[in-house]
Amino acid sequence: MTAMNVEKRDAPQARPARPKISWAWLGVMPFFIFAFLFLLYPSSTIAIRSLIDSKTHAFTFRYILALFQNNYILRAYWISIQISLITSIGGGIFGFLLAYAAIRGGLPRFMRSALMTFCGVASNFAGVPLAFAFIALLGPTGMLIGWMKALGYNPYFQGFTLFTFWGLSLVYMYFQFPLMVLIIAPAIDGLRKEWLEASENLGASSFQYWRYVALPILLPSILGTMILLFGNSFGAFATAQALTGGQIRLVSIVIGSQLRGDVLGDPGLGYALALGMVIVMALAITGYTVLQRRTERWLR
Amino acid sequence: MRRGNKVWWWFVMIVGILYFFLPLVATFIFSLKAKLGVLSFLAYAHVFNSPSFVYNFSASVIWAVFTIVAGILIFLPTAYLIRLRVPQLRTAVEFITLLPFVIPAIVLVFGLVRSFSQPPLLIVNSPVLLIAGYTVLSMPYMYRAIDTGLRSIDVRTLTEAAQSLGAGWGSILFDIILPNIRVAILSGAFLSFAIVIGEYILAQYLAKPAFAPYMAYQMQQKAYEPAAMAILSFALTWAAMGIISVVGRGGGQAQVGGGH
Repeated sequence: MTAMNVEKRDAPQARPARPKISWAWLGVMPFFIFAFLFLLYPSSTIAIRSLIDSKTHAFTFRYILALFQNNYILRAYWISIQISLITSIGGGIFGFLLAYAAIRGGLPRFMRSALMTFCGVASNFAGVPLAFAFIALLGPTGMLIGWMKALGYNPYFQGFTLFTFWGLSLVYMYFQFPLMVLIIAPAIDGLRKEWLEASENLGASSFQYWRYVALPILLPSILGTMILLFGNSFGAFATAQALTGGQIRLVSIVIGSQLRGDVLGDPGLGYALALGMVIVMALAITGYTVLQRRTERWLR
Repeated sequence: MRRGNKVWWWFVMIVGILYFFLPLVATFIFSLKAKLGVLSFLAYAHVFNSPSFVYNFSASVIWAVFTIVAGILIFLPTAYLIRLRVPQLRTAVEFITLLPFVIPAIVLVFGLVRSFSQPPLLIVNSPVLLIAGYTVLSMPYMYRAIDTGLRSIDVRTLTEAAQSLGAGWGSILFDIILPNIRVAILSGAFLSFAIVIGEYILAQYLAKPAFAPYMAYQMQQKAYEPAAMAILSFALTWAAMGIISVVGRGGGQAQVGGGH
């Protein structure tokens, strides 16, 4: 009884908490203003202008439809998709093998932390210096090419050049597989030793262990990370620009030239191109998130 | 069979090591060949003695410092208030902080240039736009670093203790909370530093002096100096990552990013 009375008497004092909440709302305002001005407003500008005719200012789906009809744009998307598929699958497989080798391959302990540090550096080492490093290795006067020449074999006489689609793919792998290693490592850590022991005790072969235990657990994570790698390569610009000077017309390169001068012949097409790129990236990130959540069930 | 496996894993690892180091070794050796016939650090001397290098590189350092300060000033109060006062905004804020992963830098700069090159928002020539762009690019890392730091301390108790001693909001945030999460802030700061120093797209298209566009330009003019700059850039990235893993000591979250 007394307790209730005390509570009743105290109740009105709880009020003054209210102004604090509005102060808190005020405190997060700079963040929202910043995000609106420099992230949401510029991106919505792109989305809106790709739906507005640049001459008549009327609403139109013309530019969006052009994404699927204009040959120049279609080719740009196709090259970007090809290079992203190749480097995400290739980088994903190689990154997975590397992470597994370091964590479960029975290699010395220090290899693991060394690999993680290297991957942290390599996944951040991209763009202009990366392009230069590969030119120094595999360019016409590169180190490896020089060694091959000394052995009497010049790949550049056999049609090889670094400045083509396959050369660029090889360079992209440099930031693709380290990202795979960094993201997949926790999932490999989550594979319990007991599962391997249990399947061995039940007489499973190494193939059966992978087919029925390890891969089903890891697959969502592997696929999800590969999708992330796809986005990582799809959005890349600086490496391709620095390596080939824009010779390989990826979507990002076309957007870059559209920004310098209207190469597509209509500003509206440029906006639609950029919007398409954002949509592909959004799909990639969503796919990654969904698949990553599926794996987390096993990794507690 | 076990031993066979081990040979295979060693093979994978060696391929990885070769792939990782060969381009760097090639660049390094090339950077030493500036003087005919002997290996020397001449190219490095040329780079460091060049006023245009000093100008562009220090510009990048200044952009990085402003980006880090802007990041702390904007994201620290936000992450703090989300944790303590307005948790209902968490989803919205986290969604926004991850958006830069969806919007590639080339699309961001496209949007920024087109949005801010006409009145009333004519700031396309101002360094403010460049720094804001960098802050956006580093936001996923900076915000997450700060948020992780806040999770590791008892924000509520610290705040109540400070309040009962009469501290105002500014001094709670910057005298109490900030020093307590300095490790997290440092790792976010060095990651932002590495991103800004290596970033090519924003400075190139906003026509501002910076290290990466300068290096790209030098690549077309010279041979040995860009090699020296590539090594310098790699050493800086390595140093930034090294500092992060030393101050973080094991709490090594995946540090990924950069302007590809």
